[in-house]
Amino acid sequence: MILSNANIFSQWLESTSGLGYVLVLILIAALYLGFFAVAGLMLVLMERRVAGFFQLRLGPNRVGPWGLFQTIADALKLVSKEIFIPKQADKFLYKAGYYIVIIAALIGIGVIPFSRQIQGFDINVGIFFITAVSSVGVLGILFGAWGSRNKYSLIGAMRSGLQMVSYELSAGFAVVTVVLMAGSLKMTEIVEAQQSTWFLFKGHLPAIIAFMIFIIAGTAESNRVPFDLVEGESELGAGFHTEYSGMGFAYFFLAEFINMFIIAALTSTLFLGGWLAPFGITDGLPAQWFWGMFWFFLKTGVIIFLLMWFRWTFPRLRIDQLLTLEWKYLLPVGLVNTVVMALFVWKDWLIDLGKIFGS
Amino acid sequence: MTNEELINYISAWNQDAEFQLPATGENQLIGILEDIPSPFLNIEIPASHLKTFLQRLKEDPELDFDVLFNMAGMDWGKTLGVIYFLESYTKKHAITVSVQSEDRENPLLPTVSDLWFAAHLHECEIYDMFGIRFEGHNGLKRLFLTPDFEGFPLRKDYEDDYMIIRK
Amino acid sequence: MIDLKNSVQSDIKTQEYFLNMGPQHPATHGVLRLILKLDGETVVGIEPDLGFIHRGIEKMCEYDTYRQIIHLTDRMDYLSSHINNEAVALAVEKALEVEVSDRIKVIRTMMDELTRIASHLLWWGVMGMDIGALTTFMYAFRDREMINEIMEETTGARLTMSYNIPGGVMFDLHPGFPKRVKEFIKHMRQVLPEYDRLLTGNIIFQKRMKGVGILKKEDALNWGATGPVARGSGLHTDIRKRFPYSAYDRVEFEEAVEEGGDNLARYQVRMREMYESLDILEQLVDNIPEGPYQMPMRNLIKLPKGEFYQRVETARGELGVFIVSDGKKNPYRVKFRSPGFSNLNALLKVGLGWKIADLVAIMSTFDFVIPDIDR
Repeated sequence: MILSNANIFSQWLESTSGLGYVLVLILIAALYLGFFAVAGLMLVLMERRVAGFFQLRLGPNRVGPWGLFQTIADALKLVSKEIFIPKQADKFLYKAGYYIVIIAALIGIGVIPFSRQIQGFDINVGIFFITAVSSVGVLGILFGAWGSRNKYSLIGAMRSGLQMVSYELSAGFAVVTVVLMAGSLKMTEIVEAQQSTWFLFKGHLPAIIAFMIFIIAGTAESNRVPFDLVEGESELGAGFHTEYSGMGFAYFFLAEFINMFIIAALTSTLFLGGWLAPFGITDGLPAQWFWGMFWFFLKTGVIIFLLMWFRWTFPRLRIDQLLTLEWKYLLPVGLVNTVVMALFVWKDWLIDLGKIFGS
Repeated sequence: MTNEELINYISAWNQDAEFQLPATGENQLIGILEDIPSPFLNIEIPASHLKTFLQRLKEDPELDFDVLFNMAGMDWGKTLGVIYFLESYTKKHAITVSVQSEDRENPLLPTVSDLWFAAHLHECEIYDMFGIRFEGHNGLKRLFLTPDFEGFPLRKDYEDDYMIIRK
Repeated sequence: MIDLKNSVQSDIKTQEYFLNMGPQHPATHGVLRLILKLDGETVVGIEPDLGFIHRGIEKMCEYDTYRQIIHLTDRMDYLSSHINNEAVALAVEKALEVEVSDRIKVIRTMMDELTRIASHLLWWGVMGMDIGALTTFMYAFRDREMINEIMEETTGARLTMSYNIPGGVMFDLHPGFPKRVKEFIKHMRQVLPEYDRLLTGNIIFQKRMKGVGILKKEDALNWGATGPVARGSGLHTDIRKRFPYSAYDRVEFEEAVEEGGDNLARYQVRMREMYESLDILEQLVDNIPEGPYQMPMRNLIKLPKGEFYQRVETARGELGVFIVSDGKKNPYRVKFRSPGFSNLNALLKVGLGWKIADLVAIMSTFDFVIPDIDR
């Protein structure tokens, strides 16, 4: 297929065999790992600067130009900190917790297409794969909280379990709505299907509802305000990672930001056309891999800014209100919305700008 | 009611058959404390009749003392005491009731936290600082100090050479 | 039909457990420790454990002169420090039958109201943080800073001012005071609607506040609640109206009373009180009378034999100062009826039956300052 050949990673893999194949695999993984360690740190920095912007202050601006190295300094501090394990903790579960969380977060990134040429691996059930993998993360949270033998952690973890299980459903239905339009679960095909019109506009009413549901459910899944009951620092200290210090805490923290990135990346892939330029304005230019990434990260950045905006303006929900919102409002709306979308696709009531303006 | 009306109203209880207070030494059941000038009408009552008296103050529709706005433990030297500051939200009058206990070793007073829950923490504080126990109090404990703290700091005879330097 | 409820209950064994909230907990705003008995996330029992910041102020007072006591009261409710000072000063003046000049009265009243606004601003910021909206804190601190600067200019201190002394105030007003206060009033009138837009109208905030932590009218009386907590339950308990002191008998203001008795009512009471305080300041700022700022008084104050009581309205409720004097230079006994202590008493009952998250919200609408509870 043409599309899979465009992927430079798969081209690279196809050109090798035997031991070289394994080495290239490791190299690609290391590339991803390095990139996302830095990207996670930059997201933390962005969050703090955005927080400063909303809170009438500057945020970190002393370490390096514009404070760019602030979070790197913080990470170095966390690395050098003593890893403190509570005496009565279940040490295996305690340590397994953060590995599961960070691995689940990183695996999800593999199938996200940054541009037509750059994608870890493109499997035919890509979006389904992300949904499945991202829900594994909650296991790590439960493990860590149970293992650390702290009641605050346990309450946080129980909330987390409830929240993840509930909001997976709504997020899933929002994804199904998009898949109905795209007709494929493969990430690249979902993006290519938006060549003429982004799904947010193509599906108009049901797509906008799905978009909103996906943003809400995504915020809930990445445990951010107004759904940060899992941490709820004014109620539970730090929730499930109360007992963690040093790198253990850093992994949870990084995983939270990578999860946020995944949600934002999925939103831009599913609804905003992923790497596609608006109206194809950069299509003729050279270095398409760069322009693809440029548009992808721009769209993702806007969504991340939106999520941060939520975080610094909204109060927190209560656990019963959280469940009410999901089971009484989002889930029924999502269900009906999926049916409506199916109807729209069947009757072809979609808006296709390509047909209207005549490509 | 003004203070004078309050005195007259409450003094009339002395003759009341239902309000059976046994006579003390001076044949005066309710003494009105006058040797120390006070901003409120101050009534002194023997500890044995405290509860009935306060209950009546609260439940009498004419008086209607529905607020206990303060409670102060006192160490008068020979005796330990408690002053109850009562107020009526509707009738807008206030009164203080003081009670004394001769027993400095194991003073015991009836609790009023069942009449006014406002007394709940105040009684804990007074127990903590003066060592006055309140009979029937639900959950009396050393509130500020540790359970094994020795002595009662707000008593006048409390000695602590380390923390309190006397001149 | 299957009796679903009973069959579930018979299969699952549930157990109540204890949770230590504090002394180091973000929502207790200091070193308050509450031992919570929980059923799932529902609070079924609250047991306070106090004394982490107990300094024995009442005992210390017995060894200090009346001029020195004032400096101790700063450290009780440090957000209403000026009002605490005033309570002692007024009690001493009442005992000595000193009538202070109008200028002193007006200065005290204006400082009181500035303190009240500063305290409520801090409460508003922290309350937002407690329910998860972190930005409110910065907004409130921006505006509180203006009050701190006004205070610093006149009194030399920002938080614990010790500005009142028996028979007056320590220094005369700074010449720039009226101008700064006017600027502040203008600024506050602009930002208070902004506060409403940021937090009050938010649907999540409304859901978290409305109908939560209900304190009934008769319970508020019986459980010892005062101040904005009692006024949120529809009680007219404002000491400024009931027993006017300083210049409160010559200003017009409305007592903020809400009938709801829930978190939102207490919230609204404090928001309205800020407007009322601005009104009071506006009435007084152009009419500061001339006169002495200190009345002549002996250096060593001796109170006549007797009991003296002064009630004032701090930002948290009624502060009562009870002084028993035996005629010496030190009081025989001083008792502070602190608003936080009595409101905590009410919390022990109000908090039952709500979730932990609600308890945090209730605690922040009760607005505790822990040194005020512990003294």
